[in-house]
Amino acid sequence: MSDINEIRMQVMWNRLISVVEEQALTLLRTAFSTSVREAGDLSAGVYNAKGEMLAQAVTGTPGHVNTMAEAVLHFIAEIPREDMYPGDTYVTNDPWKGTGHLHDITMVSPSFKGEELIGFFACTAHVVDVGGRGFGADGKSVYEEGIQIPIMKFAERGVVNKDLLKILRLNVREPNQVIGDFFSLAACNDVGHKRLIEMLDEVGYDNLDTLGNFILSRTHVATMERIAGLPKGAWSNEMLTDGYDEPIKLAAEVSITNSGVNVDFAGSGAMSRWGINVPLIYTKAYACYALKCVVAPDIPNNAASLAVFNVSSPTNILNAERPAPVSVRHVIGHMVPDLVLGALAKALPGKILAEGAAALWNIHISVRPVAGGTGRRAEVLMFNSGGMGARPGLDGLSSTAFPSGVHTMPIEATEHTGPIVVWRKELRPNSGGAGKYRGGLGQVIEIAPAEGHEFDFSAMFDRIATPPRGRDGGEDGAPGSARLDDGTKLRPKGWQHVPAGRRLVLELPGGGGFGSPAERSSEAKAEDLSKGYVTEKK
Amino acid sequence: MTQRHEIRLGADIGGTFTDIALEVRGKLFSTKVLTNYSAPEQAILDGIEIVCRDASIAPKDIDIVIHGTTLATNALIERRGAKTALVTTEGFRDVIEMRTENRFEQYDLSLVLPSPLIPREDRFPVKGRIDAQGRELQPLDERTLEALAEVIGERGFGAVAIGFIHSYMNPAHEERAREILSEKLSIPISISAEVSPQMREFERFNTVCANAYVRPQMADYLSRLQVRLKEMGANCPVFMIHSGGGLISVETASEFPVRLVESGPAGGAIFAADIARRFSLDRVVSYDMGGTTAKICLIEDYQPHSARTFEVARTYRFCKGSGMPISIPVIEMIEIGAGGGSIAWVDAMGRIQAGPESAASEPGPACYQRGGERPAITDADLVLGKLDPDNFAGGKIKLSVDSAMAAITRDVGDRLRLTPQAAAFGIVEVVDENMANAARVHAVENGKNISENIMIAFGGAAPLHAARLCEKLGVDQCLIPQGAGVGSAIGFLKAPFGYEALASKIMGLSKFDAGIINAMLDDLKTTAEGFVRAGTDGEIVREITAFMRYAGQGWEIPVALPDRAFADGDRTMMENAFKERYAQFFGRAVEGPEIEFVTWSVKAQDVRPEGERLALKTEGARVSVPSIRAVFDPASGRTLETAIVPRHALSSGDRVTGPAVIVERETSTIVTSPFDAVIQADGTILLVRKGF
Repeated sequence: MSDINEIRMQVMWNRLISVVEEQALTLLRTAFSTSVREAGDLSAGVYNAKGEMLAQAVTGTPGHVNTMAEAVLHFIAEIPREDMYPGDTYVTNDPWKGTGHLHDITMVSPSFKGEELIGFFACTAHVVDVGGRGFGADGKSVYEEGIQIPIMKFAERGVVNKDLLKILRLNVREPNQVIGDFFSLAACNDVGHKRLIEMLDEVGYDNLDTLGNFILSRTHVATMERIAGLPKGAWSNEMLTDGYDEPIKLAAEVSITNSGVNVDFAGSGAMSRWGINVPLIYTKAYACYALKCVVAPDIPNNAASLAVFNVSSPTNILNAERPAPVSVRHVIGHMVPDLVLGALAKALPGKILAEGAAALWNIHISVRPVAGGTGRRAEVLMFNSGGMGARPGLDGLSSTAFPSGVHTMPIEATEHTGPIVVWRKELRPNSGGAGKYRGGLGQVIEIAPAEGHEFDFSAMFDRIATPPRGRDGGEDGAPGSARLDDGTKLRPKGWQHVPAGRRLVLELPGGGGFGSPAERSSEAKAEDLSKGYVTEKK
Repeated sequence: MTQRHEIRLGADIGGTFTDIALEVRGKLFSTKVLTNYSAPEQAILDGIEIVCRDASIAPKDIDIVIHGTTLATNALIERRGAKTALVTTEGFRDVIEMRTENRFEQYDLSLVLPSPLIPREDRFPVKGRIDAQGRELQPLDERTLEALAEVIGERGFGAVAIGFIHSYMNPAHEERAREILSEKLSIPISISAEVSPQMREFERFNTVCANAYVRPQMADYLSRLQVRLKEMGANCPVFMIHSGGGLISVETASEFPVRLVESGPAGGAIFAADIARRFSLDRVVSYDMGGTTAKICLIEDYQPHSARTFEVARTYRFCKGSGMPISIPVIEMIEIGAGGGSIAWVDAMGRIQAGPESAASEPGPACYQRGGERPAITDADLVLGKLDPDNFAGGKIKLSVDSAMAAITRDVGDRLRLTPQAAAFGIVEVVDENMANAARVHAVENGKNISENIMIAFGGAAPLHAARLCEKLGVDQCLIPQGAGVGSAIGFLKAPFGYEALASKIMGLSKFDAGIINAMLDDLKTTAEGFVRAGTDGEIVREITAFMRYAGQGWEIPVALPDRAFADGDRTMMENAFKERYAQFFGRAVEGPEIEFVTWSVKAQDVRPEGERLALKTEGARVSVPSIRAVFDPASGRTLETAIVPRHALSSGDRVTGPAVIVERETSTIVTSPFDAVIQADGTILLVRKGF
């Protein structure tokens, strides 16, 4: 009965998604870095034997998911089939073959059913340290940014590569945490594999072929239906971002044809001397994410839904070549969705949200006792988000990560990881761009070293010189700022110092508004005032 | 004291029904009455009259009333609480609004986040700061607090919540702030260090806000209930069941009503735990499916698993992260939007989806013919022949197969070009698979393999789906007890007087200081036993649990430790206990990192009398079947001639071969083709896989 068969396939598709969800959950539960365990900077997915992604965990962030979709193909190309054994786990942090910077560790494990290689499990997580200069934009080449792990075996037939662990232990600042995270990545693939085999045994399948074909063909048909509903043509957009020490132009042309959507980034600025360059694999990930949000938000993400999107670029800041420094590639990379959405707004007028803060405001803090004092040294990483652009029909979300899919860390957890005090972390009034629909608010953060301590921090901020733009008559969001509490201005990128007794004050950008402010309803205006989102003496 | 409670009454107020269970010297009487939203106590009184009449006793004969209710949960979901002020640390006014700064659904750009329980204009920041080690960094601004008391008084607030940063380490500022405010205000004030003394400000602040928000309403209701019970002659003590499955006094419940959230499902878990004990089953998964949701809970050694945080009022398709986190000790279960009333629909991909939207009791599934037009799970069950249209709810509601078929055809069958029966099968498969997935994920979160458990199924809809769920989960045996329809209320009668007290204290194992920990545990023991003593003067048992992790991790695992004073030399014992638990959860222990303690818990409860023990019978004598009906069998994918047997006609030792349907007043138990049913000595039905 083919009806029943159809339903069985649907059910197994759901099951496969729950398999990768279990995989991601295992990683969250066992991870050491706060970026993974509190903030969810990770992803997990399952692939067929050809390396096509069949399902991804809902938990995770686009910069990892969509890069990993391509990364698995690099692993297959490097490791010959005859060298793959049950119990193997492969690893890399190659920015051009993984997820764009050395801090992300990607692990891929082959899944065998008996003798047959039926697929792969892959996962990625951001670890706290990879040596080198530390997480920041100051490196002049990738060689300064930390240890590079080529695609290689982390474990063969279940036995961990001890030599790799020895080299790692000597090259990173927090060896216990980093090696602990390597183990949790491997463990999470193992859990995925076990569950997959249980599922196949239960339904009596020898491999993933039938189910994989079902998933990919269904997804392809549904995605093409959406493409058919889009206007055809080409639209372009430009945007300025702060850069390291001078503004950098980003440019994109989006063309929609009957067979898919192409995005080309020709016209974007040249590669930077600083570590804000983006490998194409990461640019692609965020371009595809933006397209998917508009074209097919409810279609599960897999190789077939990604295949209709084609991304290209000549060599430039969005297609940086080895050995460019790429440590904070996420700052420019997170701008890619706003860039692409701006072009789509011309194709689909009135349907696309305004620009927002986009890039996460990540801070890496290296805190130590003042000279001659006693106290603690620690590395503290925080993810913080500004406002999202206003949507057609809805205000922007305040202090919410977009396009990134991460969380912030609780302040109480952060203060336990090192001797710092966060004196303020709250919404920033008057930062949302005015409009019929208001941009989301940014936030204000004040951080001081604990008494008797001082710290250096790595700034990875943007939208200070170039605020998020409103759409369709909406006003720009407020630009961000970084300073000390005595008024000293700080740079948006690079390592800088906060002496004992001073506070670092960060004002995160608000999102742009949508539609003319004159059209904002009086109820919405009154609520802005009563809640203090907007103050009278603006 | 428990020996004196020979006549016990359990009352569970649910969304649709208020269930009453009365136990008179071991004999059980029960009834269901419709929940009365304007006067919830009235339904309890009506129910008490019915069961007292059935049992030929008077209300004054009742020795104890044990009560659980969804009223606090509903007040949170429907936002019907008091106008509440939040007093918080300066710089942190927006913690409950900024949440985790995450979008719980990645691709939906029109996502709406749940609005904070207390709007921004009602959140008042005050200077004063405690650091991560519990030391004062900045004194509390008492002047501002005095002025704030005036403002709160003038603006007509009904309750106050106080939440300061790091108050779980040092509650002095919160306590002092309460003192200052209460000099000028007569409204209830809740402080986070008492309601939820745990790290992570978003969860803790949200919990104290929720507590303050429902407190006036719950306190009123509980005092009205006590008065009305006295008026009807029931002068006995009243205890409340809390979300952790123990009992607390009405006074405590009035002060900490957030602890009543999820008290009904907690009763269900205790019900299942009691059945597990009766049959000596040490690994059980309980499965409770009602009209709106399904709850799945792991029960090990007759104890439900517990957790320290959960989420209520999910706003977006039951999506994780779309609700309110509540950090209190709770029986850990996974709840999904899958009940008899869950609506089936077809998504953009042409995939059948079920729930979380529910037809509830009004308008109800299409087959009720009370205005419901969209197909619900009950409609699909009916079309597949799993329900008898003429004998639903004891014949009280007549079900229309035609209406069910029409709804399924219109919303699912036509869209997918499926026959009504195939569409109905699809709907039921999807909901069963959703429940199976939830159960698997829940098991993995607890480091367990689901298929090694025996299932205990209860709630109106569970017996219809339990066998298929077992097929999917690889579970070989499932029990369907007597009284399954009012399982939670029966569970209340079995609940121990118990309380779990928690305190956070981060300490590396290498720096383990027995003196500090012993002193802290003594305080926790005093707190926990203080609560328990309010209800019993019998023997008390305690469990000590350390929540531990590798330094640098964020997820702690519970490690049971002996109940005695510790010495510094206990380090090795603790290290071994941790590593063993860690390997159970995640495969292998990690070499290198330091191990640390994060939170300590002391659970105290009275010792329950040992109930009757029965041996599980898996063999029985085949019975002949009185009638046959066509029922769809999911395992074979075909409609099969299926035996129909009334439950009351079966007796201990009878074996019914699947496929079969065992019918009773409230529900039907489906025995699918891979299973047989064996009747136990107490009337419980055991579904057992053929050849097991």
